[in-house]
Amino acid sequence: MINRNFRTDPATGLVFHETAEKLIRANAVAAVVSLLVGGILAFFVIMTRWPAVHLLPADWFYLVLTAHGVDMLVLWIIFFEIAVLYFAGCVLLKCRLAAPKWAWTGFWLMVIGGIMNNVAVFRGDSSVMFTSYVPMGAHPAFYLGLILFAVGALIGCFVFLGSLVVAKSEKTYNGSLPLVTFGAVVACIIAVFTIASGAIILIPTFLWSVGLIPTIDSLMYKTVWWAFGHSSQQINVSAHVAIWYAIAAIVFGAKPMSEKVSRGAFLLYIFFLQLASAHHLLSDPGLTSNWKIFNTSYAMYLAVLASMVHGLTVPGAIEVAQRQKGYNRGLFEWLRKAPWGNPVFSGMFISLVGFGFLGGISGVMMGTEQLNLIIHNTIYVPGHFHATVVVGTTLAFMAMTYFLIPTLFRREIMFPKLAKWQPYLFGLGMSGFALFMMGAGTLGVPRRHWDMTFAGNPLGYEFAGTAYLMMGLTAICGLIAIIGGGAYLLITVGSVFFGKKIDVPEYRTLTLREGAAPRPVRQPVAVAIGAHHGNIGIAGFVAPGTFTLAMVFLVAFVLYYFVNWKYLSTVWPLS
Amino acid sequence: MSAIEPPVERIWWKQPLDRVEGTWIVIAFVWCIVMFVMMPYWHIYGKQNLSNEAYRTTAEAYLKKATESAEKTTVRTETDLKIPVVHPAPGGDAYLVARLWQWWPMLELEEGKTYRIHLASMDFLHGFSLQPENINIQVHPGYEHIVTVTPTRAGTYSIICNEYCGINHHTMASKLYVVK
Amino acid sequence: MNDKVAPNLLGTIEDDELDEPIPAMQQLLDNPFLLLFIGVAMPTVLYVIWGVMEIVSIPMAK
Ligand code: HEM
Ligand SMILES: [Cu+2]
Ligand SMILES: [Cu+2]
Repeated sequence: MINRNFRTDPATGLVFHETAEKLIRANAVAAVVSLLVGGILAFFVIMTRWPAVHLLPADWFYLVLTAHGVDMLVLWIIFFEIAVLYFAGCVLLKCRLAAPKWAWTGFWLMVIGGIMNNVAVFRGDSSVMFTSYVPMGAHPAFYLGLILFAVGALIGCFVFLGSLVVAKSEKTYNGSLPLVTFGAVVACIIAVFTIASGAIILIPTFLWSVGLIPTIDSLMYKTVWWAFGHSSQQINVSAHVAIWYAIAAIVFGAKPMSEKVSRGAFLLYIFFLQLASAHHLLSDPGLTSNWKIFNTSYAMYLAVLASMVHGLTVPGAIEVAQRQKGYNRGLFEWLRKAPWGNPVFSGMFISLVGFGFLGGISGVMMGTEQLNLIIHNTIYVPGHFHATVVVGTTLAFMAMTYFLIPTLFRREIMFPKLAKWQPYLFGLGMSGFALFMMGAGTLGVPRRHWDMTFAGNPLGYEFAGTAYLMMGLTAICGLIAIIGGGAYLLITVGSVFFGKKIDVPEYRTLTLREGAAPRPVRQPVAVAIGAHHGNIGIAGFVAPGTFTLAMVFLVAFVLYYFVNWKYLSTVWPLS
Repeated sequence: MSAIEPPVERIWWKQPLDRVEGTWIVIAFVWCIVMFVMMPYWHIYGKQNLSNEAYRTTAEAYLKKATESAEKTTVRTETDLKIPVVHPAPGGDAYLVARLWQWWPMLELEEGKTYRIHLASMDFLHGFSLQPENINIQVHPGYEHIVTVTPTRAGTYSIICNEYCGINHHTMASKLYVVK
Repeated sequence: MNDKVAPNLLGTIEDDELDEPIPAMQQLLDNPFLLLFIGVAMPTVLYVIWGVMEIVSIPMAK
């Protein structure tokens, strides 16, 4: 029997399918639990990397760092992403979830895989970092756990794709997918490639760990592993860009400036985004510069172009919506009058700005073939990716949660005052953390390193005093971010379990015909956004404020990029 | 209506580009091309490029070469471990062995001279990180990577390991001397 | 959100909509499975296969 129970959320008009709703909740809860564990581990990691504190002994540090990487990057992010897929698929398309049994199987595989991997790490014989570069070996359960998790996530992707087919055949929407759902499709496509690559490399590695395969080539492993490891970051990018668009739509009723441009940018992601995995191998032997340059540049930076387009069109759409509401004065009235006290918006906006300015610029810089030489494996690298995957993705997911708690969990947000401040604490703390880490990395401080003082080592290197200062500031900002993360956990867990229940109409069974979307009054061909409302904006620019911000971004980008070439030109000649 | 609903227009692909978007796309595209061109440009006109010269090897074969070379060029030993300091001929080859948890031997190079430095690991991945120059190169087991370097400033440098290589990763450090 | 719209369920397609065919690019963007194929094929060929070929063609050390 196909479950056709749906309910309509009166506040937002969103339609929830019963099974889809349960799965979104389950995945979101698993995500938050992972974030809790990963966050506790983050505290120990940062307290150890703070030279003045140096909390854990070496073996525990490497163990905890491995678990922090897995629990955050893999578990928290991917559980939440599966929730996002089901949301963008079933809720936005008002359709039922395809293959609920498979969806639950996928979910439980992910749970079991995640636990298995963590058990392997905490046993103490699998402190190999989440990259698990061979020939350093972990316990077989480490790889098996990741494989099970990946298979579960892959099932989730196919359930999502199946739901699109259901929506189309049951006509729950007309015409093209909503832009947000389209963004989720892109995330899903990248996820399929990611997981397939993961399988190609992790299954042989698992067989090697149990002795069935004699050796695995380290360069081959590293190359294919990053097709998995980095592409999974590109899932995050697509997913959080989709969430930016969703939040712009939810909070402001913003309409994409142009479907064509936004979807075209997503298409560039499909084509080129995953190639950038190559930037992890720029300082490795054996791969030619042709391969490195073509791939690390996403084929001439076309995926960077796409991100720069999204970075403009999301705030641009908000600006247009605000100007239409009458906030049309000057360059920035629309931004000043934005709901800065609403964590859904403030979280999303900090995520966007932080991702662009900190994560984006630094990422492109160090993904340049030659510039990578002065950055590779320094603590600059975690500085960069905490700006992308924490300020960017994690904060976007947090912002989305504040919307999901009342609509999906039907609870009022607890501690609303704290919720107001949470994105600032977390976003700004993390931004400072990322910046200071990048500073320390520029001075050569290595990543994944227990003791930058080289205590007692006659051959050790003495870092400059500023490097210690940077690490200290990193730690202080990291603590602020941890407090922000703790606030998020307190608010979400508190609200979901103890928040005041919101009474809404219960599920009711919809027949196929009732569930079908009414045929909307549709315009045949889209016209330019200015044609509707010629009187907003300045000098023919409907979003002049956003354009100004974009130019500021570009200037920062160009300057920082060439400063690093200048720095590179002063190091020893190499060829 | 909005990004969470299907587009209201049946055909949205023909929507004319908005001026804000159009201008930005052109500017951003030009910048992307500039960044792309910088990499080949630096290969031709820049001085810092990572060598593509690499060979497949084994730990035994590489260690043998490195030991033979060190026997010929050792000028002194340092620390309790008696790690040899080698002074290779300018323009010649120098071998560096990365292994748990040591760089072997130590190199002494002459300022302004060019050397072919061979890098390979005997076991796990290691990270060659020259400080304070901040030159960072990944060192793989099974591969011999040959980089040509020209030290430009005399002094005592450090080579630390910046790829996690096990419990004593943070102890893996060595010196590199550049003399006049 | 669509509730106010006339409920001509699964209704007839208005004539003016039939006039113009959907542009090819829009059809591509509306086809998730074609996109899935492209999105998997591109990195597999350009990154994985090209990269693996370079690695296996590294010569032996003398
Ligand atoms: C408040 C929060 C956080 C703090 C203070 C924090 C701190 C740190 C620190 C200090 C490192 C180690 C740097 C090193 O020694 O190499 C690290 C590594 C890492 N963090 Fe976080 N982190 C936080 C949140 C997150 C989140 C939310 C994610 C992912 C979504 C994340 C993903 C990672 C990853 C993947 C690594 C790399 C582990 C490795 O090198 O193997 N972190 N973090
Ligand atoms: Cu090492
Ligand atoms: Cu190491």
